[in-house]
Order: sequence, then structure tokens, then C-alpha cells
Amino acid sequence: MSDDLNDLKAMMAGATPRPNAARRAAHLALAQENFDALQGSRTPARPTSVTGPKGLWTGVRTMLNAMTTKGGLTATTALVAAGFLVLTPQGQDLLRPPSAPQITMTGFDRPATAPQAGTVAELANVRPESTAVQDTPISGGADPLPAPTLEDPFSDRSVPVVRERQPALSASRSNEMESDAIGQVAPQPQAMQESVSVMDAPMTQPAVSGLTAARRVVVAPSPPPDNVASTPVSNTEEFANADSNPLKITAEEPVSTFSIDVDTASYAVVRSSLLRGQQPPAQAVRIEELINYFPYDYAAPDESEAPFRPTVTTFQTPWNADTKLVHIALQGRMPALDERPPLNLVFLIDTSGSMDDPTKLPLLKQSFRLMLDQLRPEDQVAIVEYAGSAGLVLDPTAATERTTILQAIQSLGAGGSTNGQGGLEQAYSVAETMAADGEVNRIILATDGDFNVGLSNPDALKDFISDKRDTGTYLSVLGFGRGNLDDATMQALAQNGNGTAAYIDTLSEAQKVLVDQLSGALFPIAGDVKLQVEFNPAQIAEYRLIGYETRSLNREDFNNDAVDAGELGAGHAVTAIYEVTPVGSPAQLSDPLRYAPSTVAETSGELGFLKMRYKDPGAAFSQLIETPIPDNDSIPGTEANFAAAIAGFGQLLRDDRYLGDWSYDAAIALANDNRGEDAFGYRTEAVQLMRLAQSLAR
Amino acid sequence: MAARQGLTSRPRPITVMRMMTSDEDLATAAAAGDGAAFASLLDRHYDLLFAFCFRLTGSRSEAEDLTQDICAALPAKLGSYQARAKVTTWLYRVAVNAAHDRRRKRASYVRATTGWGDWEINRTAANEETHAQLDWLTAAMNQLGEDLRDTLALVLDDMTHAQAAEVLGVSEGTISWRISQAKNALRAIREKEEAV
Repeated sequence: MSDDLNDLKAMMAGATPRPNAARRAAHLALAQENFDALQGSRTPARPTSVTGPKGLWTGVRTMLNAMTTKGGLTATTALVAAGFLVLTPQGQDLLRPPSAPQITMTGFDRPATAPQAGTVAELANVRPESTAVQDTPISGGADPLPAPTLEDPFSDRSVPVVRERQPALSASRSNEMESDAIGQVAPQPQAMQESVSVMDAPMTQPAVSGLTAARRVVVAPSPPPDNVASTPVSNTEEFANADSNPLKITAEEPVSTFSIDVDTASYAVVRSSLLRGQQPPAQAVRIEELINYFPYDYAAPDESEAPFRPTVTTFQTPWNADTKLVHIALQGRMPALDERPPLNLVFLIDTSGSMDDPTKLPLLKQSFRLMLDQLRPEDQVAIVEYAGSAGLVLDPTAATERTTILQAIQSLGAGGSTNGQGGLEQAYSVAETMAADGEVNRIILATDGDFNVGLSNPDALKDFISDKRDTGTYLSVLGFGRGNLDDATMQALAQNGNGTAAYIDTLSEAQKVLVDQLSGALFPIAGDVKLQVEFNPAQIAEYRLIGYETRSLNREDFNNDAVDAGELGAGHAVTAIYEVTPVGSPAQLSDPLRYAPSTVAETSGELGFLKMRYKDPGAAFSQLIETPIPDNDSIPGTEANFAAAIAGFGQLLRDDRYLGDWSYDAAIALANDNRGEDAFGYRTEAVQLMRLAQSLAR
Repeated sequence: MAARQGLTSRPRPITVMRMMTSDEDLATAAAAGDGAAFASLLDRHYDLLFAFCFRLTGSRSEAEDLTQDICAALPAKLGSYQARAKVTTWLYRVAVNAAHDRRRKRASYVRATTGWGDWEINRTAANEETHAQLDWLTAAMNQLGEDLRDTLALVLDDMTHAQAAEVLGVSEGTISWRISQAKNALRAIREKEEAV
């Protein structure tokens, strides 16, 4: 009986044809088209001569057909004559009166027409104009920004003094600063020094491989003669970084601790390098900063909740089908902007000779002008410059006095050596005079890398900033220009000052940092935010934190409120991604031990447990949030997919050993498909940068 | 969400990264408007679907047309997908319904053409004889009633009677009864053939 059925089954299996590949593709395309149509996004059918709007030629033909020969002749002759007048130079000469005045107007002839926007939303409407002005790459040789002397009618201090740098001296100073910064912010990989505290990290560089050259001074080779304009002659840039986080074996080290990082400087540096046609130095790539550069549409916390809401999702790794990504997203609350406290800003501006560059001081002035429009009448601004002529440029002034502030900004001129005594101290003392209860005090340090702000000892400098941080005055650092960028010190100062470090390479970036995301940069909603993840060895064999190398903390630091960590600003989103290898996955890289129990008794189905600590602004004691990481794979949404694409991009730039044969093509496709709403175009720009990096990598 | 979807261009099939995602998650995402998930889901099941259509119809060209019908209608049917059901169950149900629709249309077409085009029908029948009826299998399937054919098409795909019952919306006992009917019919066909 069942033989018949089995025969039939075998026959059926043999008889069933393979689908025709072309038909298959056509059917899939049809289905997708219908799917898209249902979502209301079908691209309209192309107009044809039959169905579409009447094209020009159709119209002309109809007209000519309808006309008599004589009428047609007249009309075409008239057309030719008009074309002659309008399109040829001779014709235009005929049209124009002999002495017509020639008016040329460029975007930079009208500096006072900076967007007058009170709110971010309003500004978003104005954006096309300002970005259009900025379209020409700043880093190009022929720069559209005016030289300070042209733009600066107010000051006698604007004559730039060209200053010779002493490369050897500068390098040694930088080295000193750098190794210190590294010692502070970039501990050696935990596997190597689990028991050594961060401050005790060895000062000498273990000569392991070229990859570990964390505090190497990058010196670019002499540029070819035709490239002088775009490449700095001497390059004394330094970048804060450490070795990529190594793979950890859960059974040996189940706990991973780090501080959040909301800086974005690394992304802007990477962009600046790529737009100059160079691969960014691997040290300049901090993957978490690339990821956190973008705004994400994560679920925001409710009023009653903690100031931020964690969302943990698990999904398959794009570059490895046998591992998973644990995607941890923190979304900070966006307080009502109308209720924000008054703001006291002290601009501490580097006006040393090296700032005399279109991408430095002039860009800085334009950036601050943009920012000024974001301030309220009750806010106050003061300006301190540090250079040969250090001093208070602008007394604390209400933001309503726009003209006074603008004139003071304009009067800044690059010149002299960076020898300002007490620039930083002066800035803090000015900030103290402005302080009042319930107001936010912040110093914004703008520089191209000269941190000779009055305290020459880096330790003293950091202690000073830390002390001042405890009094409630925070410090943010804005980096400008390339060639001298001291990213390492920027990071160290901003981290110590509870501020953010951003790198501004274009006016668009200034718009993002100082306008669109100003409230996040200036108004902290949670301080010392630390994350600790304990992985379950019964579920996870190996894990690896992508990025956050300079932010790793010791396990015991998590509960120690005296240990500083990153600040979360209003509306900030922070993303951290772990790549985890489930137990039994073929992707496991380490072999099980022979003399140790090979399996861990299954105690829980959870992948791990996430703990977060934060302090309310000004509070001394931290609060704890805990949530398990459940083992349920989900379909990554647009936001998670895009973050994963950027994480992959960062690894391609920095260290692609875990990516297998995953390439730029895959990264570009993934990012491109997940650009989401992208109201500001940041993600589109990222895709372009990825394409550029792909071409440069070939 | 609709606006966001408008921005994502025609999704590339991300087969590698979706490989481990379950059918059910993909279908839920697709129902929520994820074009890539839909593409991935259909890509995964197309061959299975085509084979099933072949079993339902017994001819390649019919199977292709039926698959096309299903593909075209599937996006609109996503709404009927219940998150708890298996995707294959749902997909087969959609396919069986589409096959019924197709047979109905065909029947009305045949009725409409009977009067004036007997020669056309005869020609088609002759074609079918030369191409398809050479195959005992197809012949046997074609001699079964529609219900039996649907049931067999499912059961031959290693579906349990319970699963087939769920797809067809009948009781498990009905399926078992139909299977025994089909076996009897097949035996009858075979005996007739051997007698010849």
C-alpha cells in the first residue's frame, strides 16, 4: 500500500523540474515590485510619448503639423533668432547695454547673513543654503574661505606671523604628552594587565608589532611638489588609541567593563583624510566614535524612567554567519529645550601662528557665528584667547549683544607663538565669575593641537581640569585643521573635563556639532556612565567588544564612583556592539582546554547580563540599571544594521582580521540599504566615504 | 515608516546575513514593511514553492504561471500571516488557494470557449498528450480529483497529515481518508495499465 505512495513520491521528486532561472528572477522581481507598491513607494512609471506628459518635441511636432508652412517658417526663424541673441556671446553683446554694471556675488561676500534661526528645526530649513556655500572641500588647495586679513576690519592683531615649528622639540613635547595621555586613557589590553591599574600602565611601549605603535608620532613623507597645498609639510599629528580589543574567552574572563564615549572626533578625522585622498592612519580610527557620530532612532526613555533607556538586541553578524552581534543602544532623554538652564560659555581660543589657515581660525569664526544663533538672551558668552597675546578678548556678555560678540570673534587673529600664560586658568576664573546657581558652565577650547595653555606639565593640566570639573565647570574641546592635530591630548582633556571632543573639518561639521547637536554637547543628563557586561559561559564561548579601546575600565572600577567615565548629553545616543560566538558555533577561534572542564553546566538561557551605572548631573553617587541579555535573535532594524555596517567599516579601516572576506562592497551595500530617514544626510555621506575608502584601498 | 522605506532603494538580497534568521521572523518583518526581509524570505522559499506548484498542476508551464500568480499576490497576503504559524504552512495555504482560483478561471474559460472552439480544445488536449501524458505520474495525478491532488502534493513534501490538515483547513482524519482514497485510485490506475 505505502509502496505505491513511496513510488509516487520518488517519481514526483524525479519529475519535478528545477525552476527556470530567468522565470524565477522575473517572479521575484514581480513580487518585490508589488511589495514596494504596497508600501506606497513605487517609482512612477516612466512617461512615454503615448502615456506621459507631452514632451517638448511632441509639442513642437504637433505645433508644426498644425501650422501652415508659412507660419512654421516664421516661427522657426524667430526661434533661431532668439537663440542667437541669448546663447551666443555676440548676441548677448547686442542685448546688453554697453555700460551694464557687472555684479558678482559670492557666498562669502555676505558674512552677516548667517542663518537667523532660533531653533534647530528652523535651522534645518535654512540648511541647504549654508551647505551649498560650503560645498567646495575645505581641504582643497584653492580655498574659498577668506584670509583673516580680508575679513577682519576690527583688529590690529590680525596680521599673521608665520612661525617656524621646531619639529624635534615639538615631537618630544608631544611624546611626553602622548605617553601620558595613553597612560591615562588607553590602558594596555586587559588580557595583558588585568591586575595592573590603569594609572600604573607601563610607560614603555612593548615592541610587539607595528600594530601596537600607539604613541608613535606620525610623520608623513615629504609631499610631492605638486601636492604641497593639500598636504602639510610637517605632520606632528598624534592619535589616542590602543590595540584593537582582543577576543576574550568567556570561561576565562566573563566580564567586560567600559565607559561610554560620545565623542565624534575620529569620524571627522577619518573623513578629512579620505577627502584628501589618503587612507586615515589606523590609529586615528576609533570605531565607537565612528558609530556614535550618527544620530539613531532608538527608543527614548519615558518621563519616569532613568535619563536614558537601554535597548539590547541580538542578531546575526553581517560578516560572519556563525557569530552574533549584541547591539547595546542607550538613548538619552531630550529634555524640553525651552526649559534648559541658562548657559555660560567661555570660548578659549588658540590664536597661535599655526591657526592661520583657512581650515582653522576662519572656520572657527564661522562655526562660532553659527552657534551664536542657538543661544538665548539669558545666556552669556566670554572669549579668552591664548597665544603670544593672551588675554580676555570679550568680557562676559549677554547673548543678545550679537554685534559686540561678533566683532570680538572677528577681531581674533592668528599670530605669535603659543605661549599664553594662564590661558586656561584665566578661562576658568572668567567662568567662575559668570557662574550662578542652576546655570551650566562650560569652557570650549578650540585649537589645532597646541595645548600650551599655561600649564606645561600634562599631569598638572589634567589634575587642574579634573579639579575644575568637580566644581561644575566642564570643558569641551574642538579640534581644527590637520597637520598638527593632537588628538590624544584633545581626548584626554575632554575626558577629564567631562566634555566632548569633536573635530571640525568643514562648516557642515560645525553645523552638526554646534547647532544640530548643541544641546547634547552642552547639557549633560547623566554623568560617569559605565557599562559592564557579564557573559554567560554556558551560552557564549568567545566575545569581542568592537571599539572602545581607549575607554576600557577595570572590572572593579564599575562600582567605584570615584572613577571617572563618559557623560551622556541631552538626546545623545550611544551604541556599543559585541561580536559573540555562541557555544558550539563553528566560528569559535580558540580550542577547548585539555585539562579543564570543557563544558560549563547550563545555568541560564541568557546570553549575559548588562549593568549600567550613571550619576545624575552633579550627584556624587551612582545609580544602577540592570537588564539581562536574552537569547532571542531578532531581525536587525535599520538603526542596528547601519551601526553594524559602520562597525564593519571601522574594522576595514583599522584591523580587518575578524572580518573574513567581508569587503567594502558588503559594507557599502549594508549601509546604503539602511540609511533610514537620514534627515541631515550624515549616513549618505558615510556611504560616499566608504566608497572613497574602497577606491583608496585598492 | 513608509517614507523611510521610500528611501531605501531596491533591496539587495542579503542572503548571508539572514541565513540564520528564522522564516517566522522574516515574515513578521516583511509584514511590517521590511522589503529586504520579504525578498530574503521569498528567495529562500521560491524553489520549494515552485516544486509544490508543479505537484499541484503537473506541468511545468502551469507551475510557472501559478508561481507567478502567487508571487504577484504574496505581498498583499502578508497581512494574513499570523506570527504563530509556520511560514511554510501559510505559504502552502496561499498556494493551494491560488491553484483553486486558477482552476476556477480555467473552468470558466473552457466553458466560454466550448461553443466555438472545439478544435482549439482538441489541439490543446493533443499537445498535453504528447508532452505530459507520456509521464505516468502526471497522468495518474491528473486522474485524481482536485482535493486528492492537493492532499497528495502536500503529503509528498514530507508533511505530516496534521500539517496538511492545517494547510487545507480540514481535519486530520479527512487527510488520512483522502490519502487512502488516493492510494486506491493509484492502484486502480496501475492495474488498468498492467491489464492493457
